[in-house]
Amino acid sequence: MAIDIKMPALSPTMEEGTLAKWLVKEGDTVKSGDIMAEIETDKATMEFEAVDEGVVAKILVAEGTDNVKVGEVIMQLDGEDAGVGGSTAPAQAAPADQGAATKDDNPAADAKADEKKADAVEDSAHPAQEKVETGARQLFAAAENKAEVRDPAIPAGTEMVKITVREALRDAMAEEMRADDRVFVMGEEVAQYQGAYKVTQGLLDEFGDRRVIDTPITEYGFAGIGSGAAMGGLKPIVEFMTFNFALQAIDHIINSAAKTNYMSGGQMRCPIVFRGPNGAASRVGAQHSQNFGPWYASVPGLIVIAPYDAADAKGLLKAAIRTTDPVVFLENELLYGRSFEVPKLDDWVLPIGKARIMREGSDVTIVSYSIGVGLALEAADKLAEEGIDAEVIDLRTLRPLDKQTVLKSLAKTNRMVVVEEGWPTCSIASEISTIAMEEGFDDLDAPVMRVTDEDVPLPYAANLEKLALVSADKVIAAVKKVCYRK
Amino acid sequence: MAKAPARAPAPSEPPTSNRERPNDPQPYAASKDELLKFYEQMLLIRRFEEKAGQLYGLGLIGGFCHLYIGQEAVAVGLQSALSGDDSVITGYRDHGHMLLCGIPPKDVMAELTGRQAGISKGKGGSMHMFSVEHKFYGGHGIVGAQVSLGTGLAFAHKYRNDGGVALAYFGDGAANQGQVYESFNMAELWKLPIIYVIENNQYAMGTSVNRASAEDQLYRRGESFRIPGLQIDGMDVLAARGAAEEALAWVRAGKGPIILEMKTYRYRGHSMSDPAKYRSRDEVQAVRDKSDPIEHVKKLLSEQGVGEDELKKIEQDIRRQVNESADFAESTPEPEPSELYTDVLVENY
Repeated sequence: MAIDIKMPALSPTMEEGTLAKWLVKEGDTVKSGDIMAEIETDKATMEFEAVDEGVVAKILVAEGTDNVKVGEVIMQLDGEDAGVGGSTAPAQAAPADQGAATKDDNPAADAKADEKKADAVEDSAHPAQEKVETGARQLFAAAENKAEVRDPAIPAGTEMVKITVREALRDAMAEEMRADDRVFVMGEEVAQYQGAYKVTQGLLDEFGDRRVIDTPITEYGFAGIGSGAAMGGLKPIVEFMTFNFALQAIDHIINSAAKTNYMSGGQMRCPIVFRGPNGAASRVGAQHSQNFGPWYASVPGLIVIAPYDAADAKGLLKAAIRTTDPVVFLENELLYGRSFEVPKLDDWVLPIGKARIMREGSDVTIVSYSIGVGLALEAADKLAEEGIDAEVIDLRTLRPLDKQTVLKSLAKTNRMVVVEEGWPTCSIASEISTIAMEEGFDDLDAPVMRVTDEDVPLPYAANLEKLALVSADKVIAAVKKVCYRK
Repeated sequence: MAKAPARAPAPSEPPTSNRERPNDPQPYAASKDELLKFYEQMLLIRRFEEKAGQLYGLGLIGGFCHLYIGQEAVAVGLQSALSGDDSVITGYRDHGHMLLCGIPPKDVMAELTGRQAGISKGKGGSMHMFSVEHKFYGGHGIVGAQVSLGTGLAFAHKYRNDGGVALAYFGDGAANQGQVYESFNMAELWKLPIIYVIENNQYAMGTSVNRASAEDQLYRRGESFRIPGLQIDGMDVLAARGAAEEALAWVRAGKGPIILEMKTYRYRGHSMSDPAKYRSRDEVQAVRDKSDPIEHVKKLLSEQGVGEDELKKIEQDIRRQVNESADFAESTPEPEPSELYTDVLVENY
């Protein structure tokens, strides 16, 4: 009658974690609500609670074990009433298995945040669903693409270190804050909580509460205060917990920050970075899943950056903090935990407004940015197996757009597909295809195709979400179409 | 059984607040020279605005143009108390505040006519003027935006510990914007050095205060944030200056923000295109007759023995200045077409 207790998934993107500490030992009796273990995710240390009563029969994973996969059996519990519903049934499932069908049926264990103040992120932290294919999951998986990407900006012989996008962003902020006292970071949960997505982890400890400032939940207000502080000579980094919430603040981003330099005839600056996760996360529904890249990229006076990997995230965030212009820096939650090689250099800064050729090819150009780059690279690998040699361009900066790199590639391949995790109408993809038509018409052997999310608010249901989001298969189909291949 | 003795009903007066309050401001005891200066500044604003109204009528100024006529005592009184470290921000009724920050009238007038020599190279217009050099941070066209932005200026003062105070002006209309209260909350939470000045001219465009504000005593609007407020006669430059002294003492002592509700009145419409049907001519005339801020100072000056001649000389001098700025604004060239593309971004990418 032993019940298998499995490693829980404690965030939408968690796939493995560290079993930091057991708070029970074999032979202990546990009852519902007892904390059995502490589990470290990439975001936080979480307490793992028992849901039902029983005696700890066996602990299968020792404390201190890293990289415990979600769903792995970590302990067995002898449940007195475990026979309910059949004595042989593994009546109790770990959260990882509950999400889809059994969540309300017979959950065995649950986890809650170690902080009482549940925030929007924790609210959205559904257990990851190993067995449920979701659209976000395929985006997430594609981001793990191992394709070799070259970056001519890195000097030959530079040592590379593997870090997550989250760490890269944090390091960028920390380095710039060390270098310039005018730089500070403000936003919801950025200081004591260490960041809702842990991007600001450790900054409060190093820089103190003068420079790492928790705000109330008041986006319009703190976007305005940040903009005013920038006008007054400081260099604020304003974190939005997600860019969905920045809609409440968009007036200041556009009317105050973007237009000031022009309206003042070039004498009043607003050097500010608005940053945070953008685009679809995992199963968080329509109000928490939207790509605002095209919105901000349509505004003169703004710089808009949407990096894909950790090296770009770091190099471009440093550039964003340094520039005198206001920057909207669009991150992606699904990419935060992904690790990439980053050059080990004292001052890794990349130029704003320059696209990057992620993969060279001769048959077709796939243009993308942010998480779409992962899909484009995955598609390119699969297309290579079918004899189609795709070039993949990461725009990296959405405004100003690096038209030259795009047009040069088009002149070489004569075919173009634009991949965008976002809506099709008035999208970056629309813009790229217009540029191709206006300035590269003679180079086109086929119409430019847009591969985007469906033109609907993002649904919650796993199957519908999958249908709504962009995928490598859709990219492959579009590439074949422009190559006139079946 | 003995009945419980009947208790006297509890007194219904509200409990007295135990929060620290600023002292009641006293009218400023101006010297004759200071009084003359106030007179001159108020008159400059009035004549400048009258001229702007004329130029608007001639089609030389376009778009929206909001005049400060009637409200002169507010900005003159308050800004006379500022030091060089302090910063000023306001909404779109900004011409007067700019002149008081020391920005030459011709630079402002040339902006109104959309010329290259304007303070914003002709790209901002009446509502969007700035001078970082003079610590004047706009000039903002979105109602209420200056409150959050001004709070950010105060944040920068505190961050740099430079001793400066931000003065953020907004109207009775802006006082109903949500971001005002978001800013109040953070300003008090972080004890930011800011004076929030509500220029209550009684009408948000065509809507009177009591048609739009559940709490029409706007100086109380900070109470739930523990920000003290004072209600001041904004038609009296000495009362305004006295209030500024008290407010600055409060803020500079590190006690956080304070609200000054300045009761004032605009004689003209909301903007040049406002027919002002929402109030009677008699109402406007009554204010002009009884409470005009310039007439008030004129009277004080004559009590101090300043003769008509001296006042006339000031008046002539100001008219000359304003006329010169108008002539300049009419004759100086428009921006070069190439200016269309400059100043969008600061850096090259």
